[in-house]
Amino acid sequence: MATDGTIAIDVRDAVKRYGDFTALKRISLSIRDNEFFTLLGPSGCGKTTLLRMIAGFEDVTEGAIFLFGDEIETLPPHKRPINTVFQDYALFPHMTVIDNVGFGLEMRGKSKSDARKRAGEVLEMVQLSQFANRKPAQLSGGQQQRVALARALAPQPKVLLLDEPLSALDLKLRKAMQIELKHLQRDTGITFIFVTHDQEEALTMSDRIAVMSSGELQQLGDARDIYERPRNMFVADFIGDTNLLSVTVNRVEGQSATCRLASGHQIACDAVEGIAPGAYVHMSIRPERLYLSEPGDGYLSGTVLENIFVGTDITTIVEISPDLRLTVRTSNSDRGAQGIFAPGTAVAVHLEQGAGRLLAD
Amino acid sequence: MAARSYNLRVYPGFRAVTLLCLFVLYAPLVVVTIYSFNASQSITNWEGVSLRWYADVFTGPESEKFKLAARNSFVIALIAASVATTIATLAATAIIRGGRFRLRTWSFGLISLPLMVPEIVTAVATLIFFNAIGFDRGLLTILLAHIAFCIPFAYLPISARMQGIEASYEQAAQDLYATRRQAFTRVLLPLMMPGIISGFILAFIVSLDDFIITNFVKGAGVETLPTAIFGAVKQGIKPNIMAISTMLLGVSVVMVALSWLISRRDNTK
Amino acid sequence: MAGGGTAGGGPRTDTYAPVRLWLLLPAWVSLTILVLAPVSMMLVYSFLTKEFRGGVIWEFSLSAYDQFFCNRGLFGDEPCSIEWTYLLIFWRSIWQAGAATLLSLAIGFPTAYFIATRPARQRALWVFLITIPYWVNLLIRTVSMKFLLRDQGPLNDALLGLGILSEPLSIVNTNLAVQLGLFYSYLPFMVLPIYAAVERYNFSLSEAAADLYAPRWVILRRIVIPAVKPGIVAGCILVFVPSLGSFLAPDLLGGAKTFMIGSLIEEQFKGNAGNWPFGAAASMILLTMVLILLLIFARQQARAGNG
Repeated sequence: MATDGTIAIDVRDAVKRYGDFTALKRISLSIRDNEFFTLLGPSGCGKTTLLRMIAGFEDVTEGAIFLFGDEIETLPPHKRPINTVFQDYALFPHMTVIDNVGFGLEMRGKSKSDARKRAGEVLEMVQLSQFANRKPAQLSGGQQQRVALARALAPQPKVLLLDEPLSALDLKLRKAMQIELKHLQRDTGITFIFVTHDQEEALTMSDRIAVMSSGELQQLGDARDIYERPRNMFVADFIGDTNLLSVTVNRVEGQSATCRLASGHQIACDAVEGIAPGAYVHMSIRPERLYLSEPGDGYLSGTVLENIFVGTDITTIVEISPDLRLTVRTSNSDRGAQGIFAPGTAVAVHLEQGAGRLLAD
Repeated sequence: MAARSYNLRVYPGFRAVTLLCLFVLYAPLVVVTIYSFNASQSITNWEGVSLRWYADVFTGPESEKFKLAARNSFVIALIAASVATTIATLAATAIIRGGRFRLRTWSFGLISLPLMVPEIVTAVATLIFFNAIGFDRGLLTILLAHIAFCIPFAYLPISARMQGIEASYEQAAQDLYATRRQAFTRVLLPLMMPGIISGFILAFIVSLDDFIITNFVKGAGVETLPTAIFGAVKQGIKPNIMAISTMLLGVSVVMVALSWLISRRDNTK
Repeated sequence: MAGGGTAGGGPRTDTYAPVRLWLLLPAWVSLTILVLAPVSMMLVYSFLTKEFRGGVIWEFSLSAYDQFFCNRGLFGDEPCSIEWTYLLIFWRSIWQAGAATLLSLAIGFPTAYFIATRPARQRALWVFLITIPYWVNLLIRTVSMKFLLRDQGPLNDALLGLGILSEPLSIVNTNLAVQLGLFYSYLPFMVLPIYAAVERYNFSLSEAAADLYAPRWVILRRIVIPAVKPGIVAGCILVFVPSLGSFLAPDLLGGAKTFMIGSLIEEQFKGNAGNWPFGAAASMILLTMVLILLLIFARQQARAGNG
């Protein structure tokens, strides 16, 4: 995360309309030089549109895009020192691997032999030298993926765009590629802009994440920020699992506050700027920040409805009142002596310090 | 699995009809091919296998006429198919990869027009047109007419192929600093090649085979193979005609087979 | 193969949008000069005065259409009564083309259905087998048909030899010969669109119908055929339209009694009775009929596509 504060890509008030439909509603964001930046959101949220606007495949209806201070939104794609790893890789099927990788260099005026030489080096970097003279169709999905990466990196772009490049790979390969990509970004020092709908992938790889939905930027921050301090309902719900509760804010004292549930229970939480006492808002509590004990000593008591075994964890659903159910996640390793509470047993639910997060909207 | 499953897709008799259909389609061609090897002077009696009528085509009394007609046919087909394929390739690029625009549907309609107008009407119209502008009928008029009706035949496989090429290829090329022209020549054109070749072959065959339009727009004394054959058949079917027909049939079948094999070779997978 | 109102779906990209008009220019120029202008000129010629021995005099005249529709007696001085000669030729053409279309449908539908229900890998080969004959010269195919059907031809020889017939069948020069010729000329046009429609047909509809107690042939009639109807209509149009204006089949396989539009038109430009304006007028009438048919067809396909 060696960012020195230079802005690589600056999107200012970008709007994209297709006829009556607005795909991007005035987005502004700055992506720093040398960072691994992720655009995260469900399909149709506008993340790919934004990426394609940066690459030059979509024109900008309104607004501007700057690359290291130069305005680029009117330049055609071949005049932008930005390369893309396409979702379907788009490897030229009629060219060999090395010709694919050398293509961009050749187009930038390098001689064929120079282009091949440099392409060979890049192929070595992604450990595909032995496949240089094969056609893309003769490679596996993972190998094709790395060729696409090599091809986009070979001309040494100022920014690399990756459009869900891992979505076609199986889980195991995807995990390996996530780490490889992260290393590649660190080693090359090129700014990566990565598009994905997979929140886990985003949390794993990114220096910073922009969460998008329905053409709007919902939250911008690093992985911890987004996970632990979601700004709104959408982010809290989209990233990880959560319990969403409706609460009334009682009292605010400095950094801490107390809220009242509809059932009358009082819960401590962190104060959030802009939320005053008396406000009726939502609160997010991550399931792993709740824990269970014998009844009597907690202030939320309820009945276990169900236990779901999910490998490393056990998810327990507890009914506090007929209209309030909480999901509690207990790690299997620290289940300890308390064991599993069988369905039907009465339990007390505890919150860790600062687990309750108030949501602005 | 049950030993005898009740397959809803299968209708009794449909296989028989299909075989009948193929029989009807191929029987006349097979019969003519067989009789072209007949040793007999008469077309009715079979007197054993011989190549005498093939020899007759090349050396017999009518050989000069047929050789000239064949040369005309092949030269016209070659030029007409090349020009039509070029025009169709450019048009397909505009229609399939030029976005939405008002003239798009009109352009497609114009290109398909020669397929919709009955051939005899096109023949009459072209004859009248050349007459009206005072253009002397000859090989050139045949060539121009052939270019026009070859365009849709070349266009169909080319545009079908182009529809199948993902948009991301040329975007990737442009992303890698290729200009629009470079993206076309270096990426799109090679990927389209199978479609272009089948388009060319189909246009070539269509031109080679055309009788009706050629018959109208050819000048006096100018013959292509089909008009020469028609002229000869009007006097009655003779064995040498069957030999010529068999050879022409062979050319068509080989070229269509070639086109089919090429179009099946998908170089994007 | 022919027809179709759309440009094969939407555009794939707009990469070449800035130069698209330049790319279309050669097509527009060549087709305007070689198709649109000639058809317009043909319309003009149909309103000119005929020159004996071919050609026209540039003088406006309705006589071509008058000759087509009006009988003005032996000396041409009587008031107009309906002229049946040419209407009869048109009617015969429609009838012949219609019969050939029905024959093609009867053979083509089961064939198309059979091919479409083959395993996916075999289908391309079957389609290829059906289309090869189409690419063989139409003239050669028609001549071959004539050779096969002759009184002393292989068909009669075979039937006589097998003892099925005691006398040769005279098929050539009959309506049947022309219909067979047309059927043979355009059969692939019937098979291909129906094949495409059946291939897209969702066979779980047949299973649902069977589940609801429909027997096999009822499923075909009530479920399959309505679902593939656009393909059937397309096939019928594609066979009917070229049959209507065909020249070779009636000319080579038929006789005086099977005279069709194509021959009527050809005669005006080739024979000694040359009357160019009349030939142009007959062509215009044929073209109008075909375009109306195609328009109805396009409407019907558009409706089928929307519903």
